[in-house]
Amino acid sequence: MNTAKNLLFVALALPLSLIAQDRYGTRNGHIAFFSETSMENIEGNNHKVSSVWDATSGAIQFAVLIKAFEFEKALMQEHFNENYMESNTFPKAEFKGKVTGITADQLKKPGTYEVAVEGDLTIHGVTKPVKTKGTMVVAADGTVKASCDFNVKPEDHGIKVPGMVRQNIAEQILVKVRMDYARL
Amino acid sequence: MHRNLLLSGLLSLLAGGALAQEDDLLKLLGEEEAGPEYTTAAFKSTRVINGHSVENTAHGVLDFRIGHRFGPVNGGANEFWGLDQATIRLGLDYGVTDRLMIGIGRSSFEKTLDGFVKYKVLRQCDAGCTMPVTLAFVAGTAINGLKQSVLWPYPAEERPFYFSHRMSYSFQMILGRKFSESVTFQLNPGLVHINLVEKADQTNDIIHVSGAGRMKLSKRVAINAEYFHVLPGQIPDPTAAEVAAGQLPVRNSFSIGFDIETGGHVFQLHMTNSLAMFERGFITGTTEQWTDGGIHFGFNISRVFTLHDPKAKR
Repeated sequence: MNTAKNLLFVALALPLSLIAQDRYGTRNGHIAFFSETSMENIEGNNHKVSSVWDATSGAIQFAVLIKAFEFEKALMQEHFNENYMESNTFPKAEFKGKVTGITADQLKKPGTYEVAVEGDLTIHGVTKPVKTKGTMVVAADGTVKASCDFNVKPEDHGIKVPGMVRQNIAEQILVKVRMDYARL
Repeated sequence: MHRNLLLSGLLSLLAGGALAQEDDLLKLLGEEEAGPEYTTAAFKSTRVINGHSVENTAHGVLDFRIGHRFGPVNGGANEFWGLDQATIRLGLDYGVTDRLMIGIGRSSFEKTLDGFVKYKVLRQCDAGCTMPVTLAFVAGTAINGLKQSVLWPYPAEERPFYFSHRMSYSFQMILGRKFSESVTFQLNPGLVHINLVEKADQTNDIIHVSGAGRMKLSKRVAINAEYFHVLPGQIPDPTAAEVAAGQLPVRNSFSIGFDIETGGHVFQLHMTNSLAMFERGFITGTTEQWTDGGIHFGFNISRVFTLHDPKAKR
């Protein structure tokens, strides 16, 4: 009787250890954004994005250091930090959400899977819900390449674009997320 | 049975721990290793008004600068309060590295050609290191380009003229700190060496103790001020006869103005009692005074061009 109960407890405990094993993470994720207008194109690249994805629960999180965005021109980077993102006050952008459309079984075999992502995106201290689609490519070695594109409106996050430069900055900024996850 | 209760208690604790972790998954990655992050934009431009600020042009960036000073406000209506006259300096500055900057300029003031080298020895740090200040050194040379007949009214056989008579030098240490998002102060004492001085009792090396500051009024507008204090007793005042002949005593330079940033340009609009825009000229050659209306309205326009992208190689 006691043995049976012990077994039951072990069975209950097992999923907990599985949760711990199905987590994926990276510190060197790549996020790029593009502002395209007839006046000028602006591109920022950040190769130091941190993200963890819990494949079991679907929970996913990103932390993006604003100062780590690099630009073609030094002045763009200065203005991005000083005038638009105010990175001394709001040093990080964050995303907390959920990935659906991929199962633990699918993660075990290589392939390309379409997923849906939904959650809260915080930029410049302002949180907005985001819903988008992405792709996850599972490689034979168990790593996962995740990619996702979506648009962000600066004004949705309280980022003011003065009239003087309105024609130089797109109303919709395209954000491209490229993550190479490894098992944690 | 008691043992089982204990076990179930432990397990629920474990489960609770696992749930708590869900809240901040990113903690699983451990502490971030932050690289040194240097303070940026202590001033909007590499010049406060006339003098150098702690800022440099970035690596690979060419800065084309146009400096313009009108005549003195006390010129009156006939001179349109100075706006009829113009003194200009055209300059090109380049960032050799993020720390080393070089520049040349041509001024209409005494037809002077000037050049300088500026190097940041220490850089104020926001994160990843502890340096509280930025320390830079600027060394410059100016060549007076006035015709020899104007500069040297003596017969060449008696008193030969040498090219070195045209030269003057400036050395400055800039110690600055960005105290907050909007407030920056700097001390910039230095020495101006003039090869050829006008009088026998004037020293060739003139020491000044100077400072500057800025306060941002909005994200794109800042108010700047700078003062160059020449230590007394170094430049003798003209005698009564010299004053009668039109010579004026040298005054300290004070300027106040606004920086206005628009995309790739910085406009600096200011009021100053100095006309020259190179160190020998405005530190040791200012003869007008704020108190009697010897104030010049002026502006600097800075336009940057990225010639080379140091990150592109990676």
